Parts: sequence; C-alpha cells; structure tokens
Amino acid sequence: MRPFRFDVARSVEDAVHRPAPGLAYLAGGTTLVDLMKLEVANPAAVLDINRLPLRGIRSDGPGLRIGALERMSAVAGHPAVTSGYPLLAEALRHSASPQVRNMASIGGNLLQRTRCGYFRDVRTGCNKRVPGSGCPAIEGENRTHAVLGTSDTCVATHPSDLAVALVALDATVLVHGAGGRRALPIADLYLLPGSTPDQETALRPGELITEVTVPALPAGTRSTYLKIRDRQSYEFALCSAAVALRMRGRVVREVRVAAGGVGTRPWRLPAVEDALTGRAPRPDVVAAAAAHAVDGARPLSQNRFKVLLLQRTITRAVLSLVDGRG
Amino acid sequence: MTGQADGDGVSRRDLLGRTAVAAAGAASATVVPGAALAAGRPAAGAAAAAGAAGSEATIEVAMTVNRRPERIRVDPRVTLLDALRDRLALTGTKKGCDQGQCGACTVHVDGERVLSCLTLVGTVQHRSVTTVEGLADGDTLHPVQQAFVDCDGLQCGFCTPGQVMSAVALLREGHTRSDGEIREYMSGNLCRCGAYNNIVQAIRSVRPGPRSR
Repeated sequence: MRPFRFDVARSVEDAVHRPAPGLAYLAGGTTLVDLMKLEVANPAAVLDINRLPLRGIRSDGPGLRIGALERMSAVAGHPAVTSGYPLLAEALRHSASPQVRNMASIGGNLLQRTRCGYFRDVRTGCNKRVPGSGCPAIEGENRTHAVLGTSDTCVATHPSDLAVALVALDATVLVHGAGGRRALPIADLYLLPGSTPDQETALRPGELITEVTVPALPAGTRSTYLKIRDRQSYEFALCSAAVALRMRGRVVREVRVAAGGVGTRPWRLPAVEDALTGRAPRPDVVAAAAAHAVDGARPLSQNRFKVLLLQRTITRAVLSLVDGRG
Repeated sequence: MTGQADGDGVSRRDLLGRTAVAAAGAASATVVPGAALAAGRPAAGAAAAAGAAGSEATIEVAMTVNRRPERIRVDPRVTLLDALRDRLALTGTKKGCDQGQCGACTVHVDGERVLSCLTLVGTVQHRSVTTVEGLADGDTLHPVQQAFVDCDGLQCGFCTPGQVMSAVALLREGHTRSDGEIREYMSGNLCRCGAYNNIVQAIRSVRPGPRSR
C-alpha cells in the first residue's frame, strides 16, 4: 500500500470542500482498502467520513430514506425494509458476508468497483484502471464478465446487488458537492463504458452520496431478488434478477425487472416489462418476455451461458411471484 | 476518485523509506501537493508540524481492546489486524488472505463482527475492539470456545479464532434457527480443513432453543 495522508471529516461541508484530486472518501473500506492493498487505488489522501451524520433508515408515506453511511446489515434487517421492500432486503442479504455487510456502507456499496481480475491486477493492462492500456478480458478470462452494455474497450461486470434492486425500485441518490446538493435517479448514476470505461459514474469530483430514497411500492406489489452464483453464499452474481410485480386479476398490471451480473451497469429491462404488462403470466408468456432480456447481448468466449441463464433467472423470479411463493 | 502523482519517477514508498520521519511530511507534500493542501495547511507548515510531532507520517489512535485502553502511534496504512498482532502482541487474530475473503481476521468492533484486515486502524479511533483473547473469563472459556473444543470444531485451528468470533456474534444476531441459516451466516469464515459440520454442531449446541435441527 502506498503512503497517504489520513484525516477525519468533521462535517459534510468540510468533506466536500477539500480539494478532490487524489482524495478518497473512506467509509466501510471493504472496496477501498482492498484496492489500496493491491495498489489499484492509490489515493494521496484518505478522508474518513464515518463520523458524518449520514445515518438513519426512515419509512414514511412516499417511501424509504436511507442515510448513505448506514451499513448493509442494518438496512437488510430493518423492519421497514423487510416488510415494505423485500427485494431490497434480499439483495442485501445475498451480498458478501455478514462481516462485510457490517462494514460496508450503502453509498460505498453503490460505488464499489468491478471484480474483473484484470482490473484488480496492476501487472496487466486495463482500460478502466489505466486508460488506453487495453482490455485483456475481451480475449482472455471472461466467464464472469458482462454480455450487456459492453464496448470494445471494457466488458467488466458491475458487481453490486443492491444497485440492481434500487434500479428496479426507481430509487434516487442524493449527492452533495462543493457546488451544493442534487438528486440523481439511480439509473443515471452509472455510465456505460463506451470509450471511457475509467469514468464509471455521473458523480463530479468530490461529490459525496449522502442519502438514497426509494419510492414506496404500490399496495399489493410482490417483489424478489433471485441471485445465481457459483457457490451458495459469499459470492458475486453470475446472474441476478430483481422483480417487482403487481397483478390485477389474472393479468400483470405493473412489473419492473432489472438484472445483475450480466451488465456493465445495473440493467433495467423495459422490453421484458412491456412484454409482460397486461398479459396473463403463464410460463410460456413469461419465458417469451424474458427472451427480450438478451436483446443486443454480446457474449464473449467464456460467458455465452449467461444468455440462457439470464432468461431462465428472470423467468423463475417472475413465476415465483405469480405463484405467490416469492 | 483517486489520483496518482509519481511523475518524477520516485515512488512515495521509496521516498518515505529513505527519509527520516521528521522529513517525511515535507517529502510527501512535495510529491503530492494535494496531500498537504487537503489539510488546509501550506506545505511549509506541514513540514514544520511534521518536524515537531511527526504528524504527517503517523497518526495516534486511542481505542479499547479487550476492555483495556490502548494508545498507539502508527503509519496510517496500518490495519487493525496488523496493529493487534504487531503492536499489541495479540496474535490470536489470524492473517489469512489479508484481502477480506477468508474471515480468519474477524474481530468485534463496538460489538459487531468485522474484518480487521480491511479496517484501517485510524477508523477505530475511540472505539471498542474485542479479539479472541477477550472472550474467556479467566480460565473459563467462553461457551462458544468450549463448544468448539467439545464438538471438535477444528482441525489445524488456523481459522478457529475467526470462526469463534463470528459464532459469538452470530448467536447475538439470532440467525441460528436452522443448520442452513447457521451455514449461511457463517459463510464469511472459510475453513480449508473442512471442519464445517463440527463447527455447525458446536454453534447448534450453544444456541438458545432446540439443540438439534
């Protein structure tokens, strides 16, 4: 780990008014400290933001408000979350390990970096880590990489389960910067890699996520987060589906579907939603709708299986809610 | 998020390694202007402060470890794990992977289980740490420790302190209703010997309620 200056932020204003170049905000540290040990992240200064008053989980009429420094475990176990937003609780509960969930903050989770082995290995090229240094994954080890949203410069998968659930829930991220506050729909937080995979989010230098707000799900909505992985626990998703479904009689009145483990960012699937809305969700109808999930998919040499896996994951998640098992 | 400023071809590590603590502040301020500016202090002032107290290269951390107050001065890069083992001689906490994947370094901070290898010790300022050395009451083992002995919940023993710290927290969290739930909530602690069945049995033997599945 390279040397850095360590400081503690006294207030949000104090934090966001420090010069941004070379400064990294430290919350749980489960991404940052890991990447600093690998010398993938080399901040000149680390600012501990854990004492900032960005806490609280509040549920009111219009929705849920989560302070950005709340830990994953606290949110996953909060009664307002488990009762009103089951897919959110499930996405968190199926993430990482209990120890990591006790450490990692909600804001940090949303900004965690890809698990691409080339990104994490400073001895190899990586356009995300060092722009212009190439992407060995495109011709190399790419079994866990993305099939949606990829570009000729980057195929890295976005790793967050929470972000997938929040994209399905149309959450908003509140950010605070030297220029003031602004609200960002979470779908707009994440950028496609395009030709600049080093630019991952729409955050401006020095901006800090302070809160996440989630609109309440309409009464009668069922939701689930289904995560498929190589081992039963403590593993990133090969593929995941966040689904919220509301029926009217025998037909789908409203459905939201987002996928994880397959995209360069959390991936909302409006084509699947459109194909289900107004239809009776019989297995053949759901499977036909789920086929739209892979419209435009670009599988790599080792991850072609994700094309079928994604469709089946969505189908299973939707049907679990239709059957009332979710 | 992060910046890199080794444009002169000399890494900060090399520079710090060759430079006395008193001069390190000036060195890092020269190589990385942002570091000194971030403190709202001009580089010359940073160097002076470093000369007086060494405050640029090291930080002072006060914390409670196993109910004892401790105060150490360390390089900010030091993790809680290394501080416990190398500075406080509490070697019960093990360094397995050192990158947050194995759970051998699990300790409690303010009563919650965390990975000490991914915790910079600077963030533990004024907080309370419990390690495996802090569990027993004199010569009487903690019930979870005794259960691991009784159920043979280990082979080589290297992962055991982390397993025990996780299990103690797990019992407090209450996720012990079934063997499946115990396994899920112990999944952050790897055991390469494969003593999992006996670990689950040990936890089952001390959980409140039914002793079998």
